[in-house]
Amino acid sequence: MKKLLALALAALLLFSLAACGGNTDKGGSDFKAGFIFLHDENSTYDLNFINAAKQACKNLGVTPIIKTNIDESNDCYEAAADLADQGCGFVFADSFGHEDFMIKAAEQFPEVQFAHATGTQAHTKGLANFHNAFASIYEGRYLAGVAAGMKLNEMIESGKITPEEAKIGYVGAFTYAEVISGYTSFYLGAKSQCPSATMEVQFTGSWYDETAEKEAATLLINDKCVLISQHADSMGAPTACENAGVPDVSYNGSTKEACPNTFIVSSRIDWTPYLEYAIKAAMNGEEIDADWTGTLETGSVALTEINTAVAAPGTVEKIEEVKAGLADGSIKVFDTAAFTVGGETLTSYLADVDSDAAYTPDTEVIADGYFHESEHRSAPYFDLRIDGITLLNEKFG
Amino acid sequence: MNKEKANREQLVHISKRAALPGWKSWLIRVLSVVASLILCAVIIVLFTGDNPFQIYATMIKGAVGTPRRIWGLLQNVAMLLCVSLAVTPAFKMRFWNIGAEGQVLMGGLATASCMILFGDKLPPAVLLAVVVVASIVAGAVWAVIPAVFKAIWNTNETLFTLMMNYIAMQIVAYFVYIWSVPKGSGKIGVINATTQAGWLPALGKHGYLLNILIVAALTVFMYIYLRFSKHGYELTVVGESENTARYIGINVKKVIIRTMLLSGALCGVAGLLLVSGTDHTITRDTAAGRGFTAIMVSWLAKFNPLYMVLTSLLIVFMQKGATEISTVFGLNDSFSDIITGIIIFFIIGSEFFINYTVKFRSRKEVAAQ
Repeated sequence: MKKLLALALAALLLFSLAACGGNTDKGGSDFKAGFIFLHDENSTYDLNFINAAKQACKNLGVTPIIKTNIDESNDCYEAAADLADQGCGFVFADSFGHEDFMIKAAEQFPEVQFAHATGTQAHTKGLANFHNAFASIYEGRYLAGVAAGMKLNEMIESGKITPEEAKIGYVGAFTYAEVISGYTSFYLGAKSQCPSATMEVQFTGSWYDETAEKEAATLLINDKCVLISQHADSMGAPTACENAGVPDVSYNGSTKEACPNTFIVSSRIDWTPYLEYAIKAAMNGEEIDADWTGTLETGSVALTEINTAVAAPGTVEKIEEVKAGLADGSIKVFDTAAFTVGGETLTSYLADVDSDAAYTPDTEVIADGYFHESEHRSAPYFDLRIDGITLLNEKFG
Repeated sequence: MNKEKANREQLVHISKRAALPGWKSWLIRVLSVVASLILCAVIIVLFTGDNPFQIYATMIKGAVGTPRRIWGLLQNVAMLLCVSLAVTPAFKMRFWNIGAEGQVLMGGLATASCMILFGDKLPPAVLLAVVVVASIVAGAVWAVIPAVFKAIWNTNETLFTLMMNYIAMQIVAYFVYIWSVPKGSGKIGVINATTQAGWLPALGKHGYLLNILIVAALTVFMYIYLRFSKHGYELTVVGESENTARYIGINVKKVIIRTMLLSGALCGVAGLLLVSGTDHTITRDTAAGRGFTAIMVSWLAKFNPLYMVLTSLLIVFMQKGATEISTVFGLNDSFSDIITGIIIFFIIGSEFFINYTVKFRSRKEVAAQ
């Protein structure tokens, strides 16, 4: 026992000597930006935010303080207040359920700017230091849909499938406006190229569940879907596609390395432009928009490189062409002429833009022949069930 | 058995100790913590190259570095302690209630339901009374169901209470969907944010004082209940031996049901404190695993409510410190979990050395035989 103790003490001494070199201080500006993330880098959703946070801080020479695995509870308020205590002039949270607790912190620290991704309340709250942000990711999904539609056309032309068999499978997380807006824009993109395209959606009931996503993709493939896409955060669906040799459009980043034979393209939100804009404004004491929507133009909506080995020939050029159309307004993703609901073309729709417990529809969102998504509020509110898309199940909460 | 083999088996000899004096058992505990810190230091240096002393200093700073952090620490200790107090009488009766997570959730759901449904219908004081009663009843009902089955049909309470957790989670998920804002988002958000109807009043700057005081009172109550009350004596006897209990005229069924009612009611209080006193909303994660961590807190403290203050403090301290490590050093949370795991493993392991003595026979001795 004594020998052991002596050994341990010796080890301790050694480490205390070795310890003298460390220094965690970083140079640069003394402005600090705090970040609150629901999970850590093992979730592709949070990883996308973490990378953007680090990049934005690096570009601005700001010190980031990152807190991961913060629940959507009072813990979020505690984390935000703690970051403010540490002298952060800007605090950001990445998950929908963080919003109320960020508002609580914002009320308490009027001199600190609080920003929250995907939230819905800032535009009605009237708090000068609380802000929401999102991006018009439906435009990115529409572009990815164009690539999918061209792939379907290629399969039809080569005789692999008939036009009627051009069925897309989609793995969604929840039956919720954000996901509905996403799969509908993807479908409309595909349909703009391949008019006979149809789609089936299978929900998993989780933002991240590799097994469930893989199973959902396999189920869709067995149901004769010839192309798969997803709005869920794991590698489940891409892996199932690679195993079955079915072309895939993924989300949140390229899956080319793991799925070289099936990956076509992926869309994602790049949060760097927003964070740079908001942190810079906070540093200079300038006003930050209460509700900010990133677009293709701001660089917030991004497509990965197209995998030309899988994509149909001419995809790269076609996407550039459509992108230019979206930018100059000649193409609208939710053009009411492009879709019907229950066989009817819509001319009017009231959406619940100002969230309330009774879901009161409050804003007319169809005008000038298209559905104005992400214009009255950055977070998506398109929740129409359009013809051509079949929901195999529904999952809530 | 040949002689050589018999000798080899006797090289290590483990035997039960007579009770150690208090200072000696505490010395063993302290030494085990020191040993665990040394092992953690080795692991930190090997795998991260960071300075272990800086890491330990960061842990302490993360847990108690600012007044806000101290309040947050105390609040979390109070919540964990409340659930631990709840499971303890059942454990002492050898009724393995691992359904505290679900019982807390049901208490919390009852609280949230009353806040949502009666928020603008009842006067504040009445609403608060309704919220308190509803949460306690909900927790008690969820706990008494497996107790009745155990008492009458002798079903396995471990499986039964465990399964009740999942049912509770799904019920909460269902109502969270029904009441979610915006529609389908699966989040209720802060309930009655403007009127604060049904919220426990906030005492002190950080608003956690009332929670802490309530749990402190419950701790004293539970200590007296287990140690000095007739109920406490009866449940201990049932735990030691049901036959003895029956022989001396204790109604075993009644004791099982009564104890689980108490256990569930306290879980309901924990749900109340979490929803009405802290989060003001409910999600499937409101209990945040405390129903399971409480089992460890209760066991480590040998079912003594006063020791449980220390064990829950230890665990919350480590959790808070671990979070700060991942922030400051950019290490993944899993690494902090490894450190916490090692320290807790050593503490649990120290109980072995307190209860047993290990003798190594020297080679000479063996040879002499």
